[in-house]
Amino acid sequence: MRTIQFREAICEAMSEEMRRDESVYLMGEEVAEYNGAYKASKGMLDEFGADRVIDTPIAELGFGGIGVGSTMTGCRPIIEYMTFNFSLVGIDQIINNAAKIRQMSGGQFPCPIVFRGPTGSAGQLGATHSQAFENWFANTPGLKVVVPSNPYDAKGLLKASIRDNDPVIFMESEQMYGDKGEVPDGEYVLPIGVADVKREGTDVTIVSFGKIIKEAYKAAEELEKDGISCEIIDLRTVRPMDHKAIFDSVKKTNRLVILEEAWPFGNVATEITYQVQENCFDYLDAPIIKINTADTPAPYSPVLLKEWLPDHEDVVKAVKKVLYR
Amino acid sequence: MKKVTKETYLNWYEEMLFWRKFEDKLAQVYIQQKVRGFLHLYNGQEAILAGALHVMDLSKDKMITAYRNHVQPIGMGVDPKRVMAELFGKATGTSQGLGGSMHIFSKEKGFYGGHGIVGGQIPLGAGMAFGDKYHKREAVTLCFFGDGAARQGSLHETFNMAMLWKLPVVFCVENNGYAMGTSVKRTANHEDIWKLGLGYEMPCGPVDAMNPVAVAEAMDEAIDRARRGDGPTFLELKTYRYRGHSMSDAQHYRTKDEVAEYQKIDPIVQVKDILLEKKYATEKEIKIIDKRVKERVAECEKFADESPYPDKSVMYDVVYEQEDYPFLSHKL
Repeated sequence: MRTIQFREAICEAMSEEMRRDESVYLMGEEVAEYNGAYKASKGMLDEFGADRVIDTPIAELGFGGIGVGSTMTGCRPIIEYMTFNFSLVGIDQIINNAAKIRQMSGGQFPCPIVFRGPTGSAGQLGATHSQAFENWFANTPGLKVVVPSNPYDAKGLLKASIRDNDPVIFMESEQMYGDKGEVPDGEYVLPIGVADVKREGTDVTIVSFGKIIKEAYKAAEELEKDGISCEIIDLRTVRPMDHKAIFDSVKKTNRLVILEEAWPFGNVATEITYQVQENCFDYLDAPIIKINTADTPAPYSPVLLKEWLPDHEDVVKAVKKVLYR
Repeated sequence: MKKVTKETYLNWYEEMLFWRKFEDKLAQVYIQQKVRGFLHLYNGQEAILAGALHVMDLSKDKMITAYRNHVQPIGMGVDPKRVMAELFGKATGTSQGLGGSMHIFSKEKGFYGGHGIVGGQIPLGAGMAFGDKYHKREAVTLCFFGDGAARQGSLHETFNMAMLWKLPVVFCVENNGYAMGTSVKRTANHEDIWKLGLGYEMPCGPVDAMNPVAVAEAMDEAIDRARRGDGPTFLELKTYRYRGHSMSDAQHYRTKDEVAEYQKIDPIVQVKDILLEKKYATEKEIKIIDKRVKERVAECEKFADESPYPDKSVMYDVVYEQEDYPFLSHKL
């Protein structure tokens, strides 16, 4: 199978869907003439023209709302944020309009829109550029939240997101755009809301999503040398969450570690913890451990940032703790 | 512009009076607690809707506004019984009882809400126009908002892109003098809101919005500009609301004399005077219209009263297009 970069997978997904459906367009800062701030829309202006690949001024509130409004008259926009940190100045349009317009209108106005861009930290970018808002969006009924971790999942899930008739928050990472992975030549679509067992194991379940899952892979390799078998579940979709995949694994391993790059208070891991205690209480042989970022804004200095971010060493420690080793 | 004839005036009189009485009825049933939540009434601003409807192409043009939104959908052709039922929270309401007073919608009749966040609908209106332009429909969106919303950043971002992309939209600020209890002069260094268009080189100007003819003339020019592909217009519709911002408003920010001054130029009175002056109708004929309006409003109340409340399952049916969306449970 051929190997392509994450950014190419994103570009292929958007381009294929735009060829398939003329109502799909791409709008955002630097998406057209610059070919995307991270080159995720390279060549798309040339193929689709300026009516469908649209550069905007720096006005997230305005172009986010124009995107939502255009769904009301038959468009299926892909709105790119250069980072989800910038979505905050336009979040009113996501929470109050995209997520609610169908419900408030009694079902008259579906909102088929994708808001996509990078989430989380990406090196020493400081406090305002290192945030993960998956749980903010996932808290909101009306939205779906998809966070792929490799090129194959990214392509199949982005195509599904563009075809979905509900608003989807699709979160990538600056640090994943260069990641390479196997992606088939032919067309495929992956279902939203279905987790993927990335590594089968028997001793402990590690649930994660997005780029931080790579730390779980590293930890699992290391733990294997100690004879510890880790099962790694990639959520891929945060909302709706594939509870069954988590429960099935926990019922098998009886131990759960959740790795999420986000602040610890009321995050996605907290929700999983609640669901597992409610549904798998009798299967648990140890308390669940969440591994998150520090409960502070992201620091800049490399030493501080390493301390702030969770990594594979934290995962190894947590796994050993739930195994009482 | 389509001629303003005897029929136009007769229609304006009956419809504006109906809108006024519809709102009065809502105020009445609100006190009886049949309608709850916030309730923002349109009394005094009717000439704007009457003038706009005279020049819109209702087969394809669209309207979007804020939360003072009960009568616009009626003007666009929505059955007023269903609007009343929505306010009563009934299954027969325009949003099946999920929207309430601030969120009336009718896709079928081109009324796109009904929006509760001040200024949040301004980008939506431009987006609707974007979609129409994208699909080459030659349709125009009228995007209404209040003088308070004119101070939101969403207006500026939207004005900029609407001009940049020459979107077929008419931005209409209904300046009724007060953003809730704060007068226009207390919110900015200037009072001519229409001048906000100048910075974007958007055609703009003030309109006497107590007079439906003046509104229709300004709208006609703006709609024509949008339809021929020359982009947006910004109209400042100078109007007045007689009632409070919502129902619990003691109105200490203005005097009774001020309200009385505006009632002298009331749009319904102005139209009635013309009917009599030009002998388009006699006092007796006007009384027949008044009686008919009263009956139409009563029918709305009866319908809303007698309609059933929605089934609990509807709460889950309308959030997602996905039919089997796995909602989390919230009660035992």
